[in-house]
Amino acid sequence: MTIAAAGTPPATRRPSAIRGFFPILRGLLFAVIGGLIGAGIAIAIRSAMGVDPFDRTPSANGTIPSTEQIVTVAFIVAALGWLLGVGFWESTVRGWLGYQIKGVPTDWRRYLTVSEDHKVIGIQYLATFIVVLLIAGLGAMTMRAQLSQPGNTLLSPDTYNRIMSFHGIAMVSVAVASVMGSFGNYFVPIMIGARDMAFPRLNSLSFWLVPIVIVSLFLSQLLGGWDSGWTAYPPLSVKNASGQIMFNLAIIVFGLSSILGGINFIVTIVKMRAPGMSWGRVPIFVWSVFSAAILATFFTQFFAASLTMVLLDRIAGTGFFVGQGGAPLLYEHTFWFYSHPAVYIFVLPGFGMALEVLAHLSRKPLFAYRWAVAAFIGIVGLSGIVWAHHMFVSGMPNALLGPFLVTTELISIPTGLIFLSALGTIWMGRLWLTTPMLFALGFVFNFVIGGVTGIFLADVPTDVSLHDTYFVVAHFHYTIIGGEIFALFAAFYFWFPKMTGRMLSERLGKINFWIMFIFFNLTFLPMFWAGLHGMNRRIATYQNDLANVNLFISISAWILGSSFLVFVINVLWSLLSKRAARAEANPWKARTLEWLVSSPPPVENFPSTPIVVGSPYGYGTGGRPHAVFGLAGASDEEVTA
Amino acid sequence: MTTMPLAAEEHELRVAHHEESHVAHHEEEHDRAGINRMGLWLFMASESMLFFAMAAARLYLNGFNGPDKGEVNIGLGLVLTVILLASSWLGYQATGAIERGNRRRAMTALLLASLLGIVFIGGVAVEWRTAEFSQNSPFGTAFFSMTGLHVFHLVTGLIGLLLAANLLRRGQFGPGDHWGITAVVRYWTFVDVMWLAIVFPMLYLL
Ligand code: HEM
Ligand SMILES: [Cu+2]
Repeated sequence: MTIAAAGTPPATRRPSAIRGFFPILRGLLFAVIGGLIGAGIAIAIRSAMGVDPFDRTPSANGTIPSTEQIVTVAFIVAALGWLLGVGFWESTVRGWLGYQIKGVPTDWRRYLTVSEDHKVIGIQYLATFIVVLLIAGLGAMTMRAQLSQPGNTLLSPDTYNRIMSFHGIAMVSVAVASVMGSFGNYFVPIMIGARDMAFPRLNSLSFWLVPIVIVSLFLSQLLGGWDSGWTAYPPLSVKNASGQIMFNLAIIVFGLSSILGGINFIVTIVKMRAPGMSWGRVPIFVWSVFSAAILATFFTQFFAASLTMVLLDRIAGTGFFVGQGGAPLLYEHTFWFYSHPAVYIFVLPGFGMALEVLAHLSRKPLFAYRWAVAAFIGIVGLSGIVWAHHMFVSGMPNALLGPFLVTTELISIPTGLIFLSALGTIWMGRLWLTTPMLFALGFVFNFVIGGVTGIFLADVPTDVSLHDTYFVVAHFHYTIIGGEIFALFAAFYFWFPKMTGRMLSERLGKINFWIMFIFFNLTFLPMFWAGLHGMNRRIATYQNDLANVNLFISISAWILGSSFLVFVINVLWSLLSKRAARAEANPWKARTLEWLVSSPPPVENFPSTPIVVGSPYGYGTGGRPHAVFGLAGASDEEVTA
Repeated sequence: MTTMPLAAEEHELRVAHHEESHVAHHEEEHDRAGINRMGLWLFMASESMLFFAMAAARLYLNGFNGPDKGEVNIGLGLVLTVILLASSWLGYQATGAIERGNRRRAMTALLLASLLGIVFIGGVAVEWRTAEFSQNSPFGTAFFSMTGLHVFHLVTGLIGLLLAANLLRRGQFGPGDHWGITAVVRYWTFVDVMWLAIVFPMLYLL
């Protein structure tokens, strides 16, 4: 819901462009001030405790650099300053103190401040994570330059590790938040017939925490960056450059953002479905976001806990992972207890999205809807008991190997069900091969390869050789890029007309798809081979006999990277060109609720409360429409579908 | 204890109700109170995972071995526990009072609850100062981090209580409208429960 700025009379003059950036600029200013205040506090505390404020402090773990304690406190206060400055002072904190709160502008400036409209927040997420995707992609291009020949000296090993680490965590954040944050926020409320999310202000907080994360990951480079990958295993992460603490703090904040987002989705979906939207009529994308939200809400804390323990070892001298009693394996357990479920946070919304597109564009009811839903729930249940398959060679007790092998392979059952649902849906369908459909089909193809290779990694005897090789790198890129990112593109091409009121070029879309599909496979398929031939993961060079395959991979990767240019051009052309076609309300002739309203949807989403009377996928069944507006039991003339 | 009705069941009821009365306004038909309650429960459930993680770490580092005799002051621990329970009880008095429209009583209860919270934090500070184990021994690691985590939550709860008290002073809240107080009190109780169920047994009793 957007509220016009209370207190101020309606603007008569057109606001200047700069005014729109005011909240962000003020946020940055407050962050800087907050950082200085925080540093001051830390220095004062250190002096009060009788340690030299700037010297390394002796502690039980050796010495603690003063900068790390100071940076930690500065970070926290700066983060609060940013939030206040960007708009939470007016929108929230004033209310806590008992003063009138203020709304945000309703024009374009709402995209640059703490708007509480789920559609605005969805677009904020989308724009942000496309940028992060492109930046992290540049990191990948640089790494492939280094790896194009063995013994290359383009990057020093340390620089390579830092770029690799940045690429990893930035892409993980894209994987966590891009589909859920953007399309989840934009479409889940509409698809269930609600006006907004359950907690609109919390929703804007989830988003505005994200810039803190991204900026901190860059700032950490000033402190030497971090070279411990996205997994940040100790003892390395307790002993490396101070950039590591910025990583830890940033990712704890990111975790908070995803927890708050997860809670918001769960409550929205449970409590705010339109009349008649029984659980059996909820679109599959909503189910998938619901499942991922459960995982985000309950597991993310374990990542936060792991990172906090590393942080405490560094700045407070505790002995979780170092010292006489330290136990680095503890970190691997708590980390993977989150990070395996996290891979399902990545991919479940992708599954949901692919099924959605497959059903609408095959013009057939989603096959085995109930089984697909059961599969999502089954995956949520199983994903908490498989984490140690990442630790088969870690030296954990042998007794754990068998059980984790078995639980991991059990996950192929629900995953297989989702596959059957996808295949059954396109089976004998009249496929409408538009760009979103191509991406959804690409998803299915790629994910088969990702899933099947997972089985080799889950089998202890094979994983003992494959662990930490390029085989693993290929596996997870197949699941994440081939799976989730392809689904992200399917979603983008499918829903862009709805979000902007403009069509994308089909021709550029298809070029985008084919380059991406072909060169994705040419980049990552050979990595399985390289891994089988002993190429190690996370390494800046390799054996000479792998030179050819690596050059091939690098060239394919650059072409893959350039396919994103086609995408960017397509989007810009459609948004900026006068000749770009306008989107009608329902260009795909789909049944779900978002297609029953204009493109883009009105601020309140619906003219009146939708009443859900049938399945979202009843194509070709001649049955009831999915939803009608107006009163229950409306006659056929009022049917909008 | 209030038990939440099954979501689906509740939804059916809502649908039935809707189809009877042809309510056209969407906004009103959502049950705001239920939404708020569910959000808070989920948040607390999620936060409790953090405590479980720390408890797991404590068991991993130290096994089922407790502190050596005399390392922690169990007497002080018990006193702190009682203080915390009293504080929660006072919190509930505040909710009850505002429900009956007794603002003065609600105010007193909120302030006393906060005061006991501060006393508790003071007690933990004494523990920290007098601790004889090093902070990087396995038990010391668990002790300082778990009590630290708990105090961090207490401080956030304390801020909440004081904000609620301030709003009460400014004339907000009444018998039918006191979600702000209910929410902070429930969170405050949650933080107490974490002490009672996880931190205290893990550090003092094992
Ligand atoms: C069919 C189900 C799957 C199975 C059986 C499976 C199995 C495994 C196993 C055993 C490993 C550890 C390999 C090692 O390090 O030695 C692994 C790594 C990985 N998998 Fe999967 N996986 C599956 C699906 C997925 C999905 C759906 C995703 C993400 C969307 C994913 C993402 C990852 C990632 C990111 C890693 C590497 C983590 C790291 O070390 O940084 N996997 N997988
Ligand atoms: Cu896993």
